[in-house]
Amino acid sequence: MELSGGQIVVQCLKDEGVELLFGYPGGAVLHLYDAIFQQDDVQHILVRHEQAATHAADAYARATGKPGVVLVTSGPGATNAVTGIATAYMDSIPLVVISGQVPSAVIGSDAFQEVDMVGITRPCVKHNFLVKNVADIAETMKKAFHVATTGRPGPVVVDIPKDITDPNVKVPYVYPETVNMRSYEPPREGDQRQVQKAVDLLLSAKRPMIYSGGGVVLGEASDELRAFSRQLGYPVTSTLMGLGAFPATDSQFIGMLGMHGTYESNMGMHESDVIIAIGARFDDRVTGKLTEFCPYAKIIHIDIDPASIAKTVKVDVPIVGEVGIVLKQLSAEINASSSRIDTEALAAWWDQIKEWQSVNCLEYDRESALIKPQYAVEQLYKVTAGNAFITSDVGQHQMYAAQFYPFDEPRRWINSGGLGTMGFGLPAAIGVKLAHPDADVACITGEASIQMCIQELSTAQQYQTPVKIINLNNRYMGMVRQWQEFSYQGRYSHSYLEALPDFVKLAEAYGHVGMRIEKPEDVTPALEEAFAMKDRTVFLDIITDQKENVYPMIEAGKGHHDMRLRVAPGTPIDRELA
Amino acid sequence: MRHIISILIENEAGALSRVAGLFSARGYNIESLTVAPTDDVTLSRMTLVTRGSDDVIEQIVKQLNKLIDVVKLTDLADVVHVERELMLIKVQTEPSSRAEIKRMADIFRGKVIDVTSNSYMIEMTGSSEKLDAFVAAISTHNIIEIVRTGATGLPRGAGSLIPG
Repeated sequence: MELSGGQIVVQCLKDEGVELLFGYPGGAVLHLYDAIFQQDDVQHILVRHEQAATHAADAYARATGKPGVVLVTSGPGATNAVTGIATAYMDSIPLVVISGQVPSAVIGSDAFQEVDMVGITRPCVKHNFLVKNVADIAETMKKAFHVATTGRPGPVVVDIPKDITDPNVKVPYVYPETVNMRSYEPPREGDQRQVQKAVDLLLSAKRPMIYSGGGVVLGEASDELRAFSRQLGYPVTSTLMGLGAFPATDSQFIGMLGMHGTYESNMGMHESDVIIAIGARFDDRVTGKLTEFCPYAKIIHIDIDPASIAKTVKVDVPIVGEVGIVLKQLSAEINASSSRIDTEALAAWWDQIKEWQSVNCLEYDRESALIKPQYAVEQLYKVTAGNAFITSDVGQHQMYAAQFYPFDEPRRWINSGGLGTMGFGLPAAIGVKLAHPDADVACITGEASIQMCIQELSTAQQYQTPVKIINLNNRYMGMVRQWQEFSYQGRYSHSYLEALPDFVKLAEAYGHVGMRIEKPEDVTPALEEAFAMKDRTVFLDIITDQKENVYPMIEAGKGHHDMRLRVAPGTPIDRELA
Repeated sequence: MRHIISILIENEAGALSRVAGLFSARGYNIESLTVAPTDDVTLSRMTLVTRGSDDVIEQIVKQLNKLIDVVKLTDLADVVHVERELMLIKVQTEPSSRAEIKRMADIFRGKVIDVTSNSYMIEMTGSSEKLDAFVAAISTHNIIEIVRTGATGLPRGAGSLIPG
């Protein structure tokens, strides 16, 4: 079969089983778009800004486990995609981004819409390629998908100069069945001696903690995590990225850990004697002050990326491998071991944890006449029976979502954890809805974040992706305002949003349904009404308490045991604070 | 501590910038860096001299290994090895100092490879330490300019980094 470069790119996508391609056309990719026009297998989703294409494809990948695919033009198309590429990179999301480039002959001449995409993206991709020959496209695409989806996943950029996709230059096409890369071989099994050491340590524990991360979700190891955790009966905490891998409504789950984690999780980490970190990377939002992190614990760390191990925290038993495989190895080794769990110590440990749980660290003022954002998220959970896919933007609303929408399944919670990209939520919701047309999809956002990619309301209309936008509108960049309250004596420098649009009219202008909710008693009926409209995108502008803060909070430079709580442990909630 | 990291890397455009970019992005220090193709034209050999605590060196090695283009690497500081660096040094000469500078070059087994009425260019190889010593030894004379390749090296013995 002889095909042109443009046709080859599209044919490669078909051969990879790609169903959706998120993109935006432009000069350098016109040949490619012409090839897309002449086929029906790969559906192209036209976004309104390239950043949104990367977020939508990224969320599609997070919700399905399949790679997300993006197509953008050279120059500004490529640079607009960079934020989304960096977002995917920080959260290890498999993404293949095809960018057009100016013709080979003019590369380096500051040609119109030329930018060194390979150079610009180098620090925020797992790998990138510049294709120099038509005959190299198929092999490069195969490598791109292979690298993006195996090992620790990540984004891969394939930069293709315009002449390489010329419809008049045809070459024989064969999609390679295998990839041969001598320099790239991701690990699989963990070292059995390390597994043995880990099991000895786990079974000797008096105050154990299972600290699970996004790697469990990415590694499709949720079942293995559940089996392993139940086998031991140890308390399970999770990072922001790992939520859902272990069911949040399970009594063994004690909440998220870290900066806005639960009191019980953070105290548990601080007091623990043996911690097993599973597909988690000891991010600074998790550890707090490193010198005070888990002072009494021996640490076991499972990660597929050797560079994640001992990067910030020294560990006692590192195990490099795929989390699912390593967890199975651990489970088998526990069964085979002659040692047994110290059930007496474990019971005492659970008693201690229950005492911490009684602090009720997430409690908020339920009597308030203003809508509390926590309340809105709780009602969203009830109305969707906990089954929705939730995307979020970045800030207070993201933390409320993580705290008040308990996820029982992986890949339901979709947020930008590592890079913290405002503007992620709406395009992400569109990507998720396209992946799961029959599921409820909600974007929990705020009035600041939503405006960073609000133009995607137009994409939602074009492709009829009926998502529900839960806009927790407190007229502030809430998290910035909170830090300014705590650390800058209330000098709210540029965190107040004047001149907000009328979101109801804005939603209507894009062809959607808009609702404004101002009283607590209206929240539930509005949510019910919105979710009953199965085929409409609904923008719920929920006017919330401006002064509400996210608690608990470990402030910058503090340890896990040094949390700022809404009220001191043991005292009833103080109405005056609200 | 000083480490000499010897890297076998795919001989592709941009491979060098991936390594250099990694060092600048993560705040690691590069003392010297040399790179050239090997007998296998698809592979380049890069020698990188860096300094850092054991923790930093461990991360550098892991992060380098993570680069898709890196085939294999070794820290020569961990093994018995031979290290060499090439220096070209141009020294201003006076009629009264020419003999002494030539003698000094001979002592260090350098070669005078370019001569004018008032200058010598001396070629010298050796460990970086030896080259430092020579520069110090002739520093009483006017050094016009110096170029050094940075260290390269190989482990002693019959072994090789090259796979297969």
